[in-house]
Amino acid sequence: MEFIVDKQTKTVSITKEFAAHLSLVWDAYTQAELLDQWWAPKPMTSRTKAMDFEVGGRRFYAMVSPEGDERWAVQKYTSITPKTNFKFFNAFADKDENLELPGSDWDLNFSEQDGKTKVSISIYNESLERMERVIAMGFQQGAEAQLQNLEDLLGKLTQG
Amino acid sequence: MRRDIFQAIADPTRRAIIALIALQAMTPNALAEHFDTTRQAVSKHLRILTECELVTQEQKGREIYYRLEIEKMKEIDEWLEQYRKIWETRYSQLDDLLATIKKQKGEK
Repeated sequence: MEFIVDKQTKTVSITKEFAAHLSLVWDAYTQAELLDQWWAPKPMTSRTKAMDFEVGGRRFYAMVSPEGDERWAVQKYTSITPKTNFKFFNAFADKDENLELPGSDWDLNFSEQDGKTKVSISIYNESLERMERVIAMGFQQGAEAQLQNLEDLLGKLTQG
Repeated sequence: MRRDIFQAIADPTRRAIIALIALQAMTPNALAEHFDTTRQAVSKHLRILTECELVTQEQKGREIYYRLEIEKMKEIDEWLEQYRKIWETRYSQLDDLLATIKKQKGEK
């Protein structure tokens, strides 16, 4: 995975290659039941309440902590070129889907070569204050995720 | 009031101020000589940087010197590192999911 932060243009770029065909990877990004299986870093879970993947449509979902705390967000689809690209505007929200602005603009590109699929995401934050908030929230999640991974590893080692 | 550290570095003049005082503590007057702006404008930037705790003031005789808080700058990179880790976790989960689906579909 390649992860680049350009503080001057307020853009984060993430590029990753997956060992799967494009159609499957595309589905994993655009179907709620698949998204919910990977979008939230463990031990958080993702719960999509509503999703219509079409221009003008949106995904309304929550990141749920192990304690059951919900953090709602909305992704409004602004452009879709099937199996090639889609764009959305992302913003935090309350449980009634009232947006908390500002948000961020996401641009996702998909391409396949030799049976592998490359996904390039660029995230533009109109406010870096928001980016700080996302990262500050992730700080806790990240630490918890590491612990969870360690527990998984220890579990495997003791069973093995 | 605690200001946003990213807002502090988003402005090109403030980034230039940070670069200058990283080398040595400076007075607002000395800093203003490096820019095409008024001393008032430089003071405003310094106030924002101070509120972000990126710079601290130090009284020397009749002059106030501003110095950079290096540790605070490191915090920015630590935040970004955490954000990178979120994506690594997320994508390792997607790797696993794709492998599971492929297996279910009977692909090699």
